[in-house]
Amino acid sequence: MSIKSLDPRITRENLPEEPDSKPLENIHHWQTYEVFHQTKKGDRHIHVGSLHAPNQEMAVILAKEQYSRRDKCVNLWVVKTADIFSSGYENEDIFETTPEKTYREAGGYKVMDKINKFKKERKQQSN
Amino acid sequence: MYGGGYIFEETKNGSPENEDSRKLEIFEARIAAGEKIEPTDWMPAEYRKQLIRMIEQHAHSEIIGALPEGTWITRAPGFRRKLALMAKVQDEVGHAQLLYSAAETLGKTREDMINDLITGKSKYSNVFNYPAVTWADTAIIAWLIDAGAIINQVANSKGSYGPYCRALERICVEESFHLKYGHDNVVFLATGTPKQREMVQDALNRWWPPIMHFFGPSDKISVHTETLMRWKVKMASNDDMRQKFLDMYVPKIWELGLTIPDPLLKKNEETGQWEYTEPDWQEFKRVINGDGPCNKERLAVRRRAEEKGEWVRLALLRSEEKYTVPLS
Ligand SMILES: [Fe+2]
Ligand SMILES: [Fe+2]
Repeated sequence: MSIKSLDPRITRENLPEEPDSKPLENIHHWQTYEVFHQTKKGDRHIHVGSLHAPNQEMAVILAKEQYSRRDKCVNLWVVKTADIFSSGYENEDIFETTPEKTYREAGGYKVMDKINKFKKERKQQSN
Repeated sequence: MYGGGYIFEETKNGSPENEDSRKLEIFEARIAAGEKIEPTDWMPAEYRKQLIRMIEQHAHSEIIGALPEGTWITRAPGFRRKLALMAKVQDEVGHAQLLYSAAETLGKTREDMINDLITGKSKYSNVFNYPAVTWADTAIIAWLIDAGAIINQVANSKGSYGPYCRALERICVEESFHLKYGHDNVVFLATGTPKQREMVQDALNRWWPPIMHFFGPSDKISVHTETLMRWKVKMASNDDMRQKFLDMYVPKIWELGLTIPDPLLKKNEETGQWEYTEPDWQEFKRVINGDGPCNKERLAVRRRAEEKGEWVRLALLRSEEKYTVPLS
């Protein structure tokens, strides 16, 4: 007995009523790629997710299907997951250096007070 | 789309008591603080196990959920509807891909998940074991089943596991199109000819019991459920999600002059809770364990697709390439 479906295409497949309960033979997985997406020329690429693909060209084709079905996209990058070297969250403390970093920031330099004071003094001296 | 009512299994050897208490404390504190857990972070074995089970069931539900609607693509009434239905079905398969990747980051390979699906070892949402008898069934599915899925997915997207949350955020954006598309189809039929109204009413009658089953039976309040909720694996109780669904959609069904086949359904104004005929949980159990109208067909179709695609996957495989677990 084969499966009778509401969908004639499925009925025509002659699928067995009792599906084989044997697992399929495990073939090796395709490589995984990480996908980066650019929404506008000139913008940076942003990581959007990963996918399985047998090679770079197929990865781009599948990335287009998976990550740019409707969002605007002008360019895709694919990178083999294996080629990404990460700093690792277990080493998160490498980013903890000195807590006070205003010496690295524009906002850490405020000179107007001094200039104004200086100008005021100069003015008083010249009077 | 997805199905609710995940099957969480109570397991003995994975209990958190066997975990390093210091690590467990840090892990729980991070979750309580709203941080996301990432694939390379330490996590309790039980957390990993339940997440794999949940995300995998979700992925299977997307891929099997594409079948009842997919059946109608060739017979869609009109070109625009055909385009829209193809887009929706493609989205659902795309959702499965995103979710399989998220589950893979936890250490179960995609082939193992597909194998567990086609041998009947893994579950998927029970609603997809019912057939889409007419075009109107696809309208009800796209509107109300997807509506249920959205309630579930929005809740889960605030969970604790980073890759799952990120996948759900992408998915939820697309689901809003499914919902609108489904509603549009239902409204078209409900405001159409008497024959069209009859079709959509019939479809609603057929789908109401599976819709009430959708979020699963009331959760047992157990230590196990509490742990899953504390770990933000389970984000809302099945009953709360069902109430939310009824609150949002019953009025929208009634405003179209459609009737819901449950004489007891009403909102108790005092408690603010919906009252309804208790869904037939025996039937739910029976169907989820394989004895529904379409279980065999769904698995057979999925299996045939895997078998037919195998030569393509093999032909493109380069033996020197090594599989790597996705990064995030
Ligand atoms: Fe979906
Ligand atoms: Fe959907």
